[in-house]
Amino acid sequence: MGTVHHSPASQSRLASIWHRYLFSTDHKVIGMQYLFTGMAMAIIGGFFAYVFRMQLAFPGKEVLGYGLVNANNYNMLITNHGAIMIFWVAMPVLIAAFGNYLIPLMAGCDDMVFPRINRLSYQIFLLSVLVLIASFFVAGGGFGGAWTSYPPLSANPAYNLTPNGASLWLLAVALEFVAFLLGGINFITTLMNSRAPGMRMYDIPIVLWMIVIASVLFMGSVGPLIAGAVMLLFDQTLAIGFFDPSKGGDPVLWQHLFWFFGHPEVYVVLLPAMGITAEIITVFSRKKLFAYKTVLFTTIAVGVLSFFVWAHHQFISGIDPRMANIFTITTVIISVPITEMMFVYIATLYGGSIQFTTPMLFALAFLAEFLIGGVTGIFLGASSADIYFHDTYFVLAHFHYTFVPIAIIAVFAGLYYWFPKMFGRMMNDKLGHVHFWGTIIPFNCIFIPLFYLGAAGDHRRIYNYENFPDLMRGHMQDLRIVATISLLVMLAFQGVFLYNFFSSMFRGKKAGKNPWQANTLEWVAESPPPHGNFPTLPVVYRPPYEYSVPGRSSDFWPQNEKA
Amino acid sequence: MGHGQPIATTRCASGVATGKLAVWWVLGSEIVIFGGLLACYILYRLFHDQWSVEAAHTNTLCGAINTFVLLTSSLFIVLAHKAAEEGAHLKAVKFIYLTIAGAGCFLVIKAYEWSGEITHGFTITKSLFWSFYYTAAGLHALHVIGGAVIMAIIAQDVKKKRHMHRVELIGLYWHFVDIVWIFLFPLLYIAK
Ligand SMILES: [Cu+2]
Repeated sequence: MGTVHHSPASQSRLASIWHRYLFSTDHKVIGMQYLFTGMAMAIIGGFFAYVFRMQLAFPGKEVLGYGLVNANNYNMLITNHGAIMIFWVAMPVLIAAFGNYLIPLMAGCDDMVFPRINRLSYQIFLLSVLVLIASFFVAGGGFGGAWTSYPPLSANPAYNLTPNGASLWLLAVALEFVAFLLGGINFITTLMNSRAPGMRMYDIPIVLWMIVIASVLFMGSVGPLIAGAVMLLFDQTLAIGFFDPSKGGDPVLWQHLFWFFGHPEVYVVLLPAMGITAEIITVFSRKKLFAYKTVLFTTIAVGVLSFFVWAHHQFISGIDPRMANIFTITTVIISVPITEMMFVYIATLYGGSIQFTTPMLFALAFLAEFLIGGVTGIFLGASSADIYFHDTYFVLAHFHYTFVPIAIIAVFAGLYYWFPKMFGRMMNDKLGHVHFWGTIIPFNCIFIPLFYLGAAGDHRRIYNYENFPDLMRGHMQDLRIVATISLLVMLAFQGVFLYNFFSSMFRGKKAGKNPWQANTLEWVAESPPPHGNFPTLPVVYRPPYEYSVPGRSSDFWPQNEKA
Repeated sequence: MGHGQPIATTRCASGVATGKLAVWWVLGSEIVIFGGLLACYILYRLFHDQWSVEAAHTNTLCGAINTFVLLTSSLFIVLAHKAAEEGAHLKAVKFIYLTIAGAGCFLVIKAYEWSGEITHGFTITKSLFWSFYYTAAGLHALHVIGGAVIMAIIAQDVKKKRHMHRVELIGLYWHFVDIVWIFLFPLLYIAK
C-alpha cells in the first residue's frame, strides 16, 4: 500500500476501502473480519502442530521452517496451539463469524442492533490477537504452561521462566473474553428484538438459537474465570499468593475457576456447530427437521447441565471421592441429551432424498466423528477409568475428536454451504470432495493411533520420548510417525481448500439468490447481500424447515412466501 | 459509514426495549465476574478462621459511611430518572450531577481509608485477606469511576434533551454498583 499514488481520487478510494473493510459497522463485514482473522490464526495454530508433531516423530531433528525444537519451544508450541485453536479459531469463526453474518440475515433485519459495539468487539479481538502474537517474541519467550495455565507453574515466573510471555498471554485471553462478551450483547438482543415480523419463537432457524444459547453459556461461565485471570495476573506481577500454597493460596481453586468455564466452553463451540449441521442436513435431505422443539429444549437442557460437570477434569487433583462420584454421574448424564440430538438428526435424514454435496458430506462427517469423541469421553467421565487415562494421549485424542469436528469439520460444512451467499459464487464441488476426503481420512489416521498410544501409557507432556525407554517399546514410535505423516497429509489437503476458496471467490459460477433452494431468510437477499441486506425487509409466514410439503409442486417453501 | 441507525435497532419483538436488554446483559456478565471473585473469597474465609485477625483492621466506620453515600447517590439517580421521564431535563441533569458527586465522595473516603491502611502496612501483599480486600474493592471502585464518567457523558446529552431514556439505563447500572457494595461491606468490614 506504500506505493499508492497520492492523487486525490486514489486517496479517497483508499480511504473508502479503509472505511469499508476496516472500520465498517456492517455485520457482514465484521463477520468476514472475524472469519479471515480466524483463518489466519488457524494457519498459525496448524503450523505449531506441524512443528511439535515433527519433533515427536523425529526427535532432535531440525524441523523445516522452524529449526531445532528444545523443551521450552515445545511447551510454548503446544500451549499456544491449544489456546489459538480454541480462543482464536473456534470462538471467532463459529460464534463471531457465523453469528455476525447469519443472525441479522436469517432473522430478517438490516443489521445488528448495536453496530458500533459490534465493531468495537472486533477491534478488541484484533488487539487480543496482536498481544498474543507479541507474547511469542518477548524476552523469555512465549508462555509454555499449557492452555489451561495451571498455577503454581503459571503463577510464578521462577517456575515457568516466561515472566513476560505468561502475563501477555493471560492479557490476550482476557481481552478476547471481553470481545466476545461485547459480541454477545448484539447476538442476544438482535435475536430477541429485531426478528422479522411474523417470526415467532419456533420459527427461528435452529442455528440462530444455538449461537445465542452458546453466547448465554459463555456469558454465564466466563465471569469467574475473568476474576481468576485478574487474580492470576496479580500473582504473576505483584507476587501475591491467590493460587500459591506457600502464601496461603490454593492452586486447585484456579482449576475450579478454569473448568467452570472450560467445560461449558465445549458446548459454547459445539452448539453453533450442531446448528450449522441442522441447517445443512435439512436442506440436503429435503426434509423437515425432526422434532424442532425437542432439539431446542434439549439444547437448553445441555446448556444448564454443562455447568455441573466441570470437576471431571480434576479427578486426580485431590478431589474428595464422594464429589468425584457426583461429577461422574452428571458427566454421564450429559451424554444423554447429546445422544438424543444425534438420534434426532439421524431421524431427519431417514427417508429423505439425500444429496451428497460438499457441505452435506462435512455435516455428516461432523456427526460421525463427534460421535467417536462423545463415546470416548465416557471413559474419561468415569472417575475410576480417568485416574489411569488422565494426562495421556487418550485424553488428547478424545478432545481432538470433539474439537476437530466442531472447529474444523463443521466450519468447513458452514463455509461450503454459505459461501455462495457470502461471495455470490459457487465453490467447486469436485475440489470440495477432494478436500473432504483429504481431510477426513488423515484426521482419523492422526488420532486413532493416539488413542492406542494413550492407552499404552503415553504421557501428554513429553517432548522427546527417547528419554523414556518404556514408551519406545514395540511399535509406539512407528505410531507416532504415522500420526505425524497423517497430519502432514491433512495439512497439505488444506491447500486444495484455500485454492478453491480464493479462486471461487473471483472465478466461481455465479450463485444467484438461492442456489440450494433453501427456506431461511438469508436466501431471500441478493448474493452477496448489500449493506442493509434486503431491498424491503421480509415478513415471515412459516417455520424454517418446510421441505417436501405434500401437495406442493416445489419441494421447498421459503419462510417469507405468503402461500 | 454516513448512514443512520439500522431498522434493527428500532424493532422490539420481545417487548423490552433494546437498550435495556443490553444493560441487563452487561449486568449479567458483571454479576458472574463479581460472583466468581466473592465465591472464592467466601470459600477461603470459611476455611481460614485466622483471617478474622486481619479483618479486624478494616475501618468499619468508613465502610458504613460509604454505604450510606452510595445508597443516597442511588436515590439521586432514581430522582433523575423520574425527572427525565417527566421531560424535566434540567432537573434530571441536576440529579445526575448529584449522583456523580456521590461517586466522588465515595472515592475520596476510599482514598483516605486506603492510604491510612497502606501506611500502617496493610498492603495488597500483606496477606491473602488484604489481597482479596484490595482486589474486590478495587474492581468495585473501577466500576464507580466508570459509572461516573458515563453519567457525565449522558448528562451532556440530557442537557440538550437528547437520549433521555439513557438516564434509566445508567440508573440500572448504578444500582448494580450499589448492590455489589452491599455485598462487599459485610463480607470485608462487618465479618471480623
Ligand atoms: Cu469437561
